[in-house]
Amino acid sequence: MTATIRLYVNRLLPQLIALAVIVAAVSLVFPGFFHLEIQNGRLYGSLVDILNRGAPVVLLAIGMTVVIATKGIDLSVGAVMAICGATAASAITSGHSLAETLLITLAVGALCGLWNGVLVAVLDIQPIIATLVLMVAGRGIAQLITEGAILTFNHPGLIFIGSGSFAGLPMPVVIWLVFGALVAVLVRRTALGMLIEAIGVNRQASTLSGVLTPVLLIAAYVLSGVCAAIAGIIAAADIRGADANNAGLWLELDAILAVVVGGTSLLGGRFSIAASVLGAIIIQAINTGILLSGFPPEYNLIIKAAIIVFILVLQSPRCRAAFAFLMPARGANKTTERAAK
Amino acid sequence: MKQKYLPLTATILIFLLGYALCAAQYPNMLSTRVIGNLLTDNAFLGIAAVGMTFVILSGGIDLSIGSVIAFTGVFLAVVLEHTSLHPLVAFVTVLGIATLFGAAMGAIIHYLEMPPFIVTLAGMFLARGMAFVLSIDSIPIKHPFYATLKGLYFKLPGGGRITLIGGLMLLVFAIGILIAHRTRFGTNVYALGGGTATARLMGVPVAATTIRIYALSGLLAGLSGIVFSLYTSAGYSLAAVGVELDAITAVVIGGTLLTGGAGFVAGTLFGIFIQGLIQTYITFDGSLSSWWTKILIGLLLFAFILLQKGIIYVSHHRQQRA
Amino acid sequence: MQTSDYILSAVRVEKGFPGTKALDKVDFHLRRGEVHALLGENGAGKSTLIKCLTGAYRRDGGTIMLDGAQVDPRDTFDAQRLGIGTVYQEVNLLPNLTVAENLFLGRQPRRFGMIDVRAMNRRARDLLADYELDLDVTRDLASYPVAIQQVIAIARAVDLSGKVLILDEPTASLDAHEVAMLFRIVRRLKARGLGIIFVTHFLEQVYEISDRITILRNGQLVGTRETADLDRRELITMMIGRELAAEIHSTRAETAEGALRYRFRNYGRKGRIDPFNLDVRAGEVVGMAGLLGSGRTETAELLFGVYRADSGTAEIDDRAVDLSSPRAAIHHKFGFCPEDRKTSGIVGDLSVRENIVLALQARRGWTRPIARAEQNRLADHYIRMLDIRTADREKPIKLLSGGNQQKAILARWLATEPEFLILDEPTRGIDVGAHAEIVKLIESLREKGMSLLVVSSEIEELVAYSTRIVVLRDRAHVAELDGQRITAHQIVEAIAATNERRPS
Repeated sequence: MTATIRLYVNRLLPQLIALAVIVAAVSLVFPGFFHLEIQNGRLYGSLVDILNRGAPVVLLAIGMTVVIATKGIDLSVGAVMAICGATAASAITSGHSLAETLLITLAVGALCGLWNGVLVAVLDIQPIIATLVLMVAGRGIAQLITEGAILTFNHPGLIFIGSGSFAGLPMPVVIWLVFGALVAVLVRRTALGMLIEAIGVNRQASTLSGVLTPVLLIAAYVLSGVCAAIAGIIAAADIRGADANNAGLWLELDAILAVVVGGTSLLGGRFSIAASVLGAIIIQAINTGILLSGFPPEYNLIIKAAIIVFILVLQSPRCRAAFAFLMPARGANKTTERAAK
Repeated sequence: MKQKYLPLTATILIFLLGYALCAAQYPNMLSTRVIGNLLTDNAFLGIAAVGMTFVILSGGIDLSIGSVIAFTGVFLAVVLEHTSLHPLVAFVTVLGIATLFGAAMGAIIHYLEMPPFIVTLAGMFLARGMAFVLSIDSIPIKHPFYATLKGLYFKLPGGGRITLIGGLMLLVFAIGILIAHRTRFGTNVYALGGGTATARLMGVPVAATTIRIYALSGLLAGLSGIVFSLYTSAGYSLAAVGVELDAITAVVIGGTLLTGGAGFVAGTLFGIFIQGLIQTYITFDGSLSSWWTKILIGLLLFAFILLQKGIIYVSHHRQQRA
Repeated sequence: MQTSDYILSAVRVEKGFPGTKALDKVDFHLRRGEVHALLGENGAGKSTLIKCLTGAYRRDGGTIMLDGAQVDPRDTFDAQRLGIGTVYQEVNLLPNLTVAENLFLGRQPRRFGMIDVRAMNRRARDLLADYELDLDVTRDLASYPVAIQQVIAIARAVDLSGKVLILDEPTASLDAHEVAMLFRIVRRLKARGLGIIFVTHFLEQVYEISDRITILRNGQLVGTRETADLDRRELITMMIGRELAAEIHSTRAETAEGALRYRFRNYGRKGRIDPFNLDVRAGEVVGMAGLLGSGRTETAELLFGVYRADSGTAEIDDRAVDLSSPRAAIHHKFGFCPEDRKTSGIVGDLSVRENIVLALQARRGWTRPIARAEQNRLADHYIRMLDIRTADREKPIKLLSGGNQQKAILARWLATEPEFLILDEPTRGIDVGAHAEIVKLIESLREKGMSLLVVSSEIEELVAYSTRIVVLRDRAHVAELDGQRITAHQIVEAIAATNERRPS
């Protein structure tokens, strides 16, 4: 068991270090960074804020990880967030109960995922193109639902999802923690994880070995759709309205980035949900950190780009090769294997 | 007919068919005025899409072009407002910056072996960030030279005009076609799309080609930014958001395989025309809401993907029967 | 000997990787106008030597002389410029470019800075005329068969380099006709004075085409001999270093006496394989013989449900069954090792363990994971039983040699305890040692009562283990041989007889 834990920590080490460096850097410029306090039974503070603000990207990253592990990509999640936010707002304002609203919204998200999944698995269209369709059309569909306006609501139950708290933590944090843990357990305690990785590495070989490839592929995209639905609900609940134009705008890119920062290869195969969640938190820590550090907001994107490039350069194959060179024991191993080939 | 011309033919046929349907309902759409506007309104998108075509043909993608367009616009607006530089000098400067920017992305993609999707995503943030740093406001451009440039056009019979920027787009397409099919660089682009490892073994200078492809895309995004600033007479750092998506869509509707290696620059022109046609139709109709544009283009994208899939399936089948 | 006799000389070439010596002071001399076979088991250093010659690797020591002058190619492109051209097994040309573009990539004729397409196409046609090819050079390369692509690759390499041509397993995916065409061209190039290095696994071809043979083993030179003076047994001994006594001569039962288990009637699919009748007994190995493209692989894939049959019936133990997908076939205890190990067999990034349990896990479904301890036990069991050489079971399978990958895929199916195992070219591209082990495994599985269907291009091998042989031609089953009639001679006769009727 300890070996498993060590393996786990090893896998997450680069992300943990990156997060620590960012947190340390921010705390130098902004001394109150670690300050936490409890008000009305809810935890407040910058750290909590990062976890809270990061909720949509974390959720998207969870689904995106599984999709990317299958050698796919889901460009539509931002648009699906908008569709689902619009669905939730329109359902609740047209008198449906909270439970019904949530159910309808999750179903719509799953349906969007199903559409993507069928294009990829059944029609055999490359994922980046298949999901581009919904990415382009999705916001139009969301606007169709809200009829072009920002659809506001004031149902306390739905709002609670965005700004309430449970056990001292903001609801969005509770939701992604529980959901992330559920998905992680689901893929690792069953054979799903391995089968998904097998599909991502070699779909044909997996199919020939009897893996139910189309079903698992569709399931991955449905999961991604459901994640986007939850993220869409949180985003809508947060602003108490559905904004078809801006909800989830460009978040698909943040989610993909989170997965990549988390060390899952865009070429599919080995994946780690926990690492992607950390990746999403890293991105949010950068966002929040820049704000807190008092840099003019105009510099946000530049600093973000620079930090991302830095992290990615560290992870790039060339740099890894350089590291292997610096650490002879591990490097030697690798080259022997290559020679043996 | 050779099979590789099928998607291009389909694109052109769809455009002609769509145009015929539109014209049947609104005969006014046949006027040269509409055609001239189609060129002018889509000039910046078309120019950027030519660069995107090369990138996609090589098997890559460039997400930064919308941001580069915005940066170029803001840069021009700021420079023309605060200095006495002639716009032409500013144009050359900004084109240089955009080209270098693209070249740098190409170098990172090649030398650090990072996926283009991620590198150009970072480039997208960076370019937009630089635009923000220059100015967060929309700055009007009032330089008299702009008015002169906007006054240049070629009058068509029937009252339509081919404006400077509309003509420029056609010129860029013509040069793009020439580069793609009549230069070693062009063949090398297709070679990269066919397989980087093989291309390298065959002696294609992979590093130089990759860097040039992204530099070309940067250059054309910069040119597109100039055209956009001429078109809007302003520079705004939030402008041209999502143009990369429209450009990718145009390229795919134009019959280029998103995985690279197959397609035509000319197809992209018709991809642009088809998108422009849908917008024009919705304007003509008047009762349709703007979001139908997105939905329709999405559907069209879907139809095109299916069509390409079908062509590949049929030809594959035929080959096996043979 | 004088250097000028040799077009290419490598003297005391060394190449090391941390932990191993891939090439240990190897000498290699290539004469003008000779075909020189380079042989050795996988890992013997053949590809390392080739890569040093072509500049893909930088050697650690030794000298390379080309045409009397010392050379030091920096990369393959540099080697090409110096005069050393290489053609690989998987055609290294670009399928999406035209034939002419492939031939002249990087050196297209230009006028006024633009490519002169007409001149390029004309020169391409002229060039290919030398190779008995009359093609539409403006069509994409992908529209031509592999053999033609291979010739185009040779034409390009010779046109670019012109001194030394390295053929790295060029015949692996060609049928007999195509090999003959290729050899005609090789002989012609030899007559032109080129030095040709020929790497292959097919010993028959070595004897047919080569003048001399150089054998490597474990990174060291075993020797260089005139082909005419080296008999096959001695050659194999030099390659594997131990007397592989009866090469692969078997203890095959004359006829299979097991119960009839699998009965296919009028089974087929349009465009892939004509309807055929096939019976397979328990404890029987049915060999599939025929040229490439004759329908061998198609038969194997149809039986495993890779394609759905559109005619006929399948019965197991007299009960009609549905074999419309790999899953359905696996449900009926079928197993299938595909021809292309890399694209359809191994799951490269996953570990040896995961590759071995994959099919079993897939059959159990994702909700019933195989416990890790059980996975380890299974993996260790098969690693031991099949002698899979790997540092440990967690090593990614892509790092194993071809023969060990093949054994791991066999293990994947054995773990599902199959009753009908379909093997498509199970010994292709693997070294002699693993080859013999796999042949032995096939025989022991048959003795245990399993039914097997084996596709192989190596007729000697089929003769060794098959209890019955189906001969295919033009996507149809055309003859069946059993008992005493299973001889290499008979099979070749059957293929050749049918072949004469084939327009070509």
